[in-house]
Amino acid sequence: MATAFDLNNDGVVVIIGSGAGGGTLGNELAQKGVDVVILEAGARHEYEDFINDEWDSFTQLAWKDKRTTSGDWRVAKDFPNLPAWIVKSVGGSTTHWAGASLRFQEHEFKALSTYGKVESATLLDWPITLAEMEPYYAKAEAKMGVTGTNDWPRLPGNNNFKVLKAGADKLGYKECHTGNMAINSVERDDRLSCQQTGFCFQGCKWGAKWSTLYTEIPKGEATGHLEVRPNAMAIKINHDASGKVTGVVYADKDGKLQEQKARIVAVAGNSIESPRLLLNSSSGKFPDGLANSSGQVGKNYMRHTTGSVYAIFDKPVHMYRGTTMAGIIRDEARHDPSRGFVGGYEFETLSLGLPFMAAFLDPGAWGRSFTTALDHYDHMAGLWIVGEDMPRAENRVTLHADMKDEHGMPIAEVHFDDHPNDTAMRNHAYKQASALYAAVGATRTFPTPPYPSTHNLGTNRMSEKAADGVVNKHGQSHDIKNLFVSDGSQFTTGAAENPTLTIVSLAIRQADYIAAQMSAKTI
Amino acid sequence: MVTIYDGKPGLSRRELLKRGGIGALLVISGSAVISPEHAWGLETSALKPETMATLIQMARDIYPHDQVPDKYYAIAVKGHDEQAGKDSAYKTMIEDGIAELDKKSGDGGYRGLGWEEQRVAVLKQIEATPFFQAIRGGLVVSLYNQKEVWPIFGYEGESFSKGGYIARGFNDIEWL
Repeated sequence: MATAFDLNNDGVVVIIGSGAGGGTLGNELAQKGVDVVILEAGARHEYEDFINDEWDSFTQLAWKDKRTTSGDWRVAKDFPNLPAWIVKSVGGSTTHWAGASLRFQEHEFKALSTYGKVESATLLDWPITLAEMEPYYAKAEAKMGVTGTNDWPRLPGNNNFKVLKAGADKLGYKECHTGNMAINSVERDDRLSCQQTGFCFQGCKWGAKWSTLYTEIPKGEATGHLEVRPNAMAIKINHDASGKVTGVVYADKDGKLQEQKARIVAVAGNSIESPRLLLNSSSGKFPDGLANSSGQVGKNYMRHTTGSVYAIFDKPVHMYRGTTMAGIIRDEARHDPSRGFVGGYEFETLSLGLPFMAAFLDPGAWGRSFTTALDHYDHMAGLWIVGEDMPRAENRVTLHADMKDEHGMPIAEVHFDDHPNDTAMRNHAYKQASALYAAVGATRTFPTPPYPSTHNLGTNRMSEKAADGVVNKHGQSHDIKNLFVSDGSQFTTGAAENPTLTIVSLAIRQADYIAAQMSAKTI
Repeated sequence: MVTIYDGKPGLSRRELLKRGGIGALLVISGSAVISPEHAWGLETSALKPETMATLIQMARDIYPHDQVPDKYYAIAVKGHDEQAGKDSAYKTMIEDGIAELDKKSGDGGYRGLGWEEQRVAVLKQIEATPFFQAIRGGLVVSLYNQKEVWPIFGYEGESFSKGGYIARGFNDIEWL
């Protein structure tokens, strides 16, 4: 079934990463007859291999390569070498994601115009509008089976959702439901519907949740135009004297360096690895790294303003049963500066199993204040806050000055300071969520600090002008026309919504553009 | 609360058991920490058994759950003995850390302090040390990642093999 392309085949599109961006782009191009090689750093684990166990699954799937952190975010103190909780495996973080699939709001594509200039933030308008994105959002929703679209019913609410809904009603929130989830609520696409297993983050063992691993990738492979090469860690992108990229050097499964020639290279390694690769590809011609004439590669790192609130009740909840994130309140997602911050946030149901609850509820804490919370684990309900954070030039991914990986390449250093707007938003959300749970009778609530980032955005941002960003409205680098960025690092701003639907929509749109440009022989 | 009885060297487990009425004690005999009441023992190979007994008490004081038996705290800290066997610097850190803990605790040592609050006050003094951080950091995984303790907290663990919760109470909340 799966084709293998020659290393010297310089007619292929090489995509680095097989997640939401790379996996989708690869299939979309393959469907159009374009030959594609996806280099995936991780191994291939099919969905039956996934493990219903938090730590074992983390060992199987997580990106654990060493990184360093700095800045005032608490992750730097609690998890200094784990800034992000993302995946190194075929399918990338679509194996781990929760499935929440929300379109951005119109104003969120125009953050600078809508919010105005915000001090010490590098806000910018996207070079695209919601109207331009709508047809691609529709295609993505159809592809992914998003509940609440295309006549697919929403998922049934679990216990954790029922507590959220009861609180939302008491507080007068109007828009609360089980979300728009890329999780089958009915059998479709040769995949089962959700069995309410409760291990969404550990990879869905039923294949009910959309992941490129068992949708886009096998469909692309079936065309004969897509090869996914696992255990292939991209090291450097090469270019010729004219500045066009010509191939990707990667370490294969034995650690041996190979070069896959390419007509076009698309970088989709998530917002830490993608800028790292561009920076590590510096050369005599591009001393500051590829596509970096603006100096913006690695800058404007965003991670969403996040946090969780858990609450204990006098009666059982069993929040861990059922779909982890099928529950949302959207009322606070509006832009309403009267709350003391710009942008908005979503509340989404969330639960962790006991092992991760112990690790993440209040990292570093010990003693009875902490343990009495865990004593009531089965009486807990929980939600996640996800809101728009401010891009800042100083929040950035850089190359570590001394530390290198096993291939001799500098590792990523991730710096992040909360913007006052982020802090104000988080505090507002903590207060609202505590009130929500109190309204349902919570006896104790826990404003829980952000986890290592699952939404990593902005480090190769899209901009109208070449001086302001790394890529144009098609994810094509301003500097090198056969070099693209296809993941969340191209986000100009973060919006309040979970990013995957937008990443997938951008990848579908980018595939149209790349195929058209190839036909026109402009790249 | 657990109190500790230090057996005389050579005191047999059988003899300890015969004494009866000693309740939930941890007993040190030879190279082992023994819980006669609950019929388990933990043999040490690198660390002193007294050190292991103190580690078990320290583990309970860091993450106190009165409904969790000592056995699980013992399992949670036994990795330090294995690590000490492989790494002499690590062994020194643990032994020195426990010695310091005992010193700060007065004549009876750490385990001689009767109230949890007294022991926690001593732990607070060493909270920032690499020794404390190594114990606490390891414990947050090694204690809570034991499948045997999950039911005590009402966590049901893997559910795939049981068909998920679609027919097993994912939406069974009744009190709202």
